Amino acid sequence: MAASSERSPPPFPDSEEPELLEDSDEGADAFTGTSISEMDSLSPDTTGPPKDIFNEPPEDIFSDPLSEINSEPQKNVKIPSPGSDEAVDLFSDPLDDEADVISSPEVQNPVPDLLKEPVEAPKSDVISEPPSDLSSKPVHKNAFDPPKGAKTAVSAELFDDDDEEEDLFNEPLKGVTKKPQPSAVSGPPVNVFTEVKSEVKVKPQVKDDPTDLFAEEAVTAPATKPSVSSSSRTNGVHSEEQDIFSEATVELSLDSPRNDRKKKDAVKPSVSAPAASVASSSSKPPSKTLEELEEEESEDKFDLNISVTNPEKVGDGMNAYMAYKVSTQTSLTMFRSKTFTVRRRFSDFLGLYEKLSEKHSQNGYIIPPPPEKSILGMTKVKVGKEDPSSAEFVERRRAALERYLQRVVSHPSLLQDPDVREFLEKEELPRAVGTQALSGAGFLKMLNKATDAVSKMTIKMNEQDVWFDEKIQDVENEEQQLRKLHVMVESLVNHRKELSGNTAVFAKSVAMLGSSEDNTALSRALSQLAEVEDRIEQLHQDQAANDFFTFSELLADYIRLLGAVRGCFDQRMKAWQRWQDAENMLQKKREAEAKLLWANKPDKLQQAKDEITEWEAKVTQFERDFERISATVQKDVIRFDKEKARDFKRQIIKYLESLLHSQQQLIKYWEAFLPEAKAIA
Amino acid sequence: MEGSSAEAALSVSANSIRITDLTQDGDVLTFAITSQKLNGSAGVCVFRTYEDFDWLQQSLFSQENVPGLQGIIFPPLPPKALPTQVNMQTKAFKQLGFLALGQGWQSYCKALEFYLQQVATHPTLCKCKALESFLINTESPGKQRGRKGIFNRLSQAVEEMRKESHKDVDNFFQNERNRNTSIAALSKVATEKLLDVVMTEQKLALACGHFSTSLHLCVNQDDADAVAFSKVCLKLSDIIEAVKQNYEKVASNNLTTLGLGLDLESRYQEAEKEMLFRRTCKLVELETVKKSTEKAKANKREVMEAFQKAVEKEFNLISSVAKQEIEHFHSSRVNVLKNLLIDWCEQQLNTAKECAELYSQYLEACRNMYSE
Repeated sequence: MAASSERSPPPFPDSEEPELLEDSDEGADAFTGTSISEMDSLSPDTTGPPKDIFNEPPEDIFSDPLSEINSEPQKNVKIPSPGSDEAVDLFSDPLDDEADVISSPEVQNPVPDLLKEPVEAPKSDVISEPPSDLSSKPVHKNAFDPPKGAKTAVSAELFDDDDEEEDLFNEPLKGVTKKPQPSAVSGPPVNVFTEVKSEVKVKPQVKDDPTDLFAEEAVTAPATKPSVSSSSRTNGVHSEEQDIFSEATVELSLDSPRNDRKKKDAVKPSVSAPAASVASSSSKPPSKTLEELEEEESEDKFDLNISVTNPEKVGDGMNAYMAYKVSTQTSLTMFRSKTFTVRRRFSDFLGLYEKLSEKHSQNGYIIPPPPEKSILGMTKVKVGKEDPSSAEFVERRRAALERYLQRVVSHPSLLQDPDVREFLEKEELPRAVGTQALSGAGFLKMLNKATDAVSKMTIKMNEQDVWFDEKIQDVENEEQQLRKLHVMVESLVNHRKELSGNTAVFAKSVAMLGSSEDNTALSRALSQLAEVEDRIEQLHQDQAANDFFTFSELLADYIRLLGAVRGCFDQRMKAWQRWQDAENMLQKKREAEAKLLWANKPDKLQQAKDEITEWEAKVTQFERDFERISATVQKDVIRFDKEKARDFKRQIIKYLESLLHSQQQLIKYWEAFLPEAKAIA
Repeated sequence: MEGSSAEAALSVSANSIRITDLTQDGDVLTFAITSQKLNGSAGVCVFRTYEDFDWLQQSLFSQENVPGLQGIIFPPLPPKALPTQVNMQTKAFKQLGFLALGQGWQSYCKALEFYLQQVATHPTLCKCKALESFLINTESPGKQRGRKGIFNRLSQAVEEMRKESHKDVDNFFQNERNRNTSIAALSKVATEKLLDVVMTEQKLALACGHFSTSLHLCVNQDDADAVAFSKVCLKLSDIIEAVKQNYEKVASNNLTTLGLGLDLESRYQEAEKEMLFRRTCKLVELETVKKSTEKAKANKREVMEAFQKAVEKEFNLISSVAKQEIEHFHSSRVNVLKNLLIDWCEQQLNTAKECAELYSQYLEACRNMYSE
């Protein structure tokens, strides 16, 4: 990896081989315990120590390098390398035996792909590279992988900064993804996978934390795979890749919450890896990239129903809060069971948002914002008045929370987030703190700040991408229009409520008129009429609620969501800014070097050169970051637009149904009344 | 107006009286009133202003040689409309209620038309010469003759307070008075409430219109997704437009049937109240005469007794006419209300059915769009 900074194009892993193999020292002992060969038969006893060794120490060691990414690459290399000796040995034998090899690395994520390559190599004629070459490559890579296999995929992650990572993923991935199809061996790998799955599944019972991770991996991988494998291998691999990685990295983040920045760094490359790989692969035309994205989009039709029900007041006085029942119904195998229910309070929902936005917003994902905290509404509930407005408030919030969760899980990447799963599944959730800052006005302020920043930066950034240029404009216009619509709908709802109130009063006065009427038939008809009007009043009231929940809330949601979209654009802008800053810095360093050359100060020259290489690496990395974030934002915005159209359609149909229903009720009422009117003598 | 011709029946058919047109010139509304001659098919068209209507009403009030005139429930003339008043919205509504609603004073015309028909069908009032000349003479009937009738509402209001609670000698009238008071008040309230409902419906229709229009602004043809969204918006706009039309129809149904009916009912109750009041006045007069006759000295007693008899006779006549009128009023009122309720119900039913039909069409269309 030291080498990586010298080569600005994605470095080839091969070149690192000697380096890696060459130093082997202290860490070796630690790694032997968890060597790959033992993975299959990993006993509960061995799980303990490796965990310690691999989770904690590496973190400490790598936290620095990571935050400065490339500044001390030497260290990075050192630690993984020790395992390499072992690994090479271990792997060289298993390579003969297909089943063994594949099953063992199966637990470690990218490795199976890499290994598949050599295994299939002899079979497929399509492969251009000589098999020997291929096998050497994976073997070397395995040098990296043992630690991963030993449950610290994380640390592997950490060694690889972006450059390395892409190598790992892009290269082999492309190779793998293209090859299996012609070679028609798509069958076997799946089998292997399932096999391994069953194998791994046994373990979780004995082990605890780290194994959980594995079990989930094992479960998720086949889950996504069989569904996709028949149609498109590429997607299967991609998504699997993503699953496992987010999984692994986030596990790390949970382990070391103190180091936020590292966490982000770790998450970022991993989660967005597929996007990056697509974006950076110049062989594919960009249009195809989009198509692919959309394809991927349409394929993850998932079956996941979330409902938020039974709002319940817990506690008394000002410490009271509302707890909601969050029930999930799914056939997705990533969850432990098909139906499960947890109780969550409002701040938990906010906490989820906070976690998600912390992790994913800089990737350019649109993170659905939760409903705002309403101090007034909640106070009313707390005071415990059973008046209709507080009941309405609770219902409104319940519905908003439900929609919020549904939006979160309908986002393919957010669904993979362990926090989301934990939120849905885990019985007890640590109390979310600091959500106060997010609530109500604070939340709005935050959004506004983001918006301001965007508008400020728009001036600075000369947008080269037409798509973004237009989209940013569109989103702004749309937000304004939606705001306008929202006002309209609000007034509509208010008028309906007024109508319902007036109808009620009218019904009452008709009833009075009827009661003081002498003519019995007329009196009867009038009291019937009063009843009809009463029912109509109820209809109006229902319709008002319908208007409110279908349109007003929908629009309010989308106004908030558009805010989130703008936040994404803002993130992209920030990435661009970082890139530009780095570019400027590089320029400065180069100038400094030139000056040093001129001044003939060789002692400082070396340092300057180092700095230049460092900054060059940064520039490339930031540029890639920017490209990746652009791709993600674009993908997410497309997804968002689709979702929006779908959502509105759905709501309109719902609305029409309610309109039709109330109209039919009305017909019934009038039809019942007509004979009464005719009966007046 | 002359007693000799009072017997002559109206020469036009009462049911053919229509207000066909209306012209507005500043503050003056001129109504075109057409009617059909009884003998033959010749139609008559005259132009009348509100002042002419007022003159007719006063003429009816001040008819001579009509026994028991005070016992008649005069068809109520709607209050004067002031179309150019600046704050028409608030003031006219207070005064006119439903009659101020509706396009181009339609409901006001309807109310005037109904008034004329009621006068023309009234067994006593239709014999009045003033009506004949009002309906047939192309010349505007003498405004100069428009004198204030004996039943001036202003002076009445003061006395009313005093005499309203006067105990009646006749149980029938006492009950009728009680009933009338409550019904008059209640129907007035009901009318006002229905007016509120109709106004809200109109506001709602307006709001729907705004909503529907703004939805059109959301149209964006940039890319496929935007087009899909725009389609949804347009569809919704159509739907809201349908909702709007529905409300407009419902509002106009309410206005033209129940609204006008309740308005008429409340005004008729007022008219009955006035009649009952006139009778009560007569009763009070009779009682004072009786008292003074008792107190009167012998020499004047005979004169007083004769006077008392005359008043008593008049009072009895008024009472009998009033009794008839009340019965007639009750039956015709029930009839009118019945027709109106049936009408109203049928209209609402039709509107609801049409609307439901429209909605289900839209729903179908939306579902198809969904599967696209």
